[in-house]
Amino acid sequence: MGTVVSFDVPAWAGQDPETGALAGAVRWLHWVDATFSPYRDDSDVSRFGRGSLALAESAPELAEVLAACADVSTVSGGYFTTTPGGRFDPSGYVKGWAIERAAALLTAAGSARHTVNGGGDVQCVGGRGPGRQWRVGIAHPLRPGSLATVVSGRDFAVATSGIAERGPHIIDPHTGQPAEGLASITVVGASLAAADAYATAAFAMGPAARDWVESLSGHEAFAVTPDGAAWQTSGFKAFLG
Amino acid sequence: MRRAILAITGTIAGLAALLSFKSHVPSIPTSTAGGTSGVSSSSPASEAGPGAVVPTGNQAGTLPVGESTLTGQVANTVYGPVQIQLIMRDSKIINVSILQMPDGTIHDIQIGQFAFPVLIKETKAAQSAKIDAVSGASYTSAGYIQSLQSALDHGL
Repeated sequence: MGTVVSFDVPAWAGQDPETGALAGAVRWLHWVDATFSPYRDDSDVSRFGRGSLALAESAPELAEVLAACADVSTVSGGYFTTTPGGRFDPSGYVKGWAIERAAALLTAAGSARHTVNGGGDVQCVGGRGPGRQWRVGIAHPLRPGSLATVVSGRDFAVATSGIAERGPHIIDPHTGQPAEGLASITVVGASLAAADAYATAAFAMGPAARDWVESLSGHEAFAVTPDGAAWQTSGFKAFLG
Repeated sequence: MRRAILAITGTIAGLAALLSFKSHVPSIPTSTAGGTSGVSSSSPASEAGPGAVVPTGNQAGTLPVGESTLTGQVANTVYGPVQIQLIMRDSKIINVSILQMPDGTIHDIQIGQFAFPVLIKETKAAQSAKIDAVSGASYTSAGYIQSLQSALDHGL
């Protein structure tokens, strides 16, 4: 799906990445691509989307993803959809979910501190070091090369949706038109699967996303508007500095 | 121009998993005048793997004293080879050079002239903010990142 994923595992610095847990996480990501990519004709997602594969015959993870997408769609008042532009595509959930799972594989293998970053959606496990937090910069959507702000935390995820995002424009499912109310919105929470899906929905929602994310427990947001101003939800300051 | 770049990065085929091990112990001593900087865990170029980096030091005295270079591996993308070089001082990145970029077509050159300065600016912003990752970056050109990561593996 054209995403570059990077792993930062301080405890395993200098070790061979070709074997062991990191290779397992990479295999997981390749499997997700083969199964869920809407750009591959033979993926379960593509075949399910055109009706040539029944849910019962597909990878069980597809049913799990569909159920999670239905929940996000409900919570977001339909602003999150698995049929953007009329085509079946759960990528708005799959990307964050796959990266979060990859991070969990590294935890299961014994790493207590690491980050996995897939195209700018980041799952952080532990902190950067004993008593230290991971620091994630948020790219400014209107000033290429600059940072809008920096968030810090432990065991948290950061997902950003915006106009600078690669791939097709995010469509507002209620109007069918590209979402234009925000330049970017970043959602912070414990789980990247949720944060990524919420960021996708929030970007489609535009300015109404502010009240919506305030209503979501465990999540905060930072947004840049098309005129370059910024707003943040009331608990976001806990992640600054 | 921005749309063309977004389309190009979006079509870099497959989910390329990039393996990055950042050593969190500064291992680059500052170079002395006329000398080369040593990297304790570097591999000889002939055995270069994904994590290998070539410390090129202060070649021919062209850099000020105290500065050295880390040269990333050449990343072979579908558009051509990409190779970057970091200019370091005191274990910090102070600048980035593009040693190789796709230049087979006018389009490649235009993209390179537009995209790479932005990527370099992002790298320096990331360095100065002491961050570990960036969310929402507008470009994740696989070739640039692959070569940059290989240079960072042993550096920071």
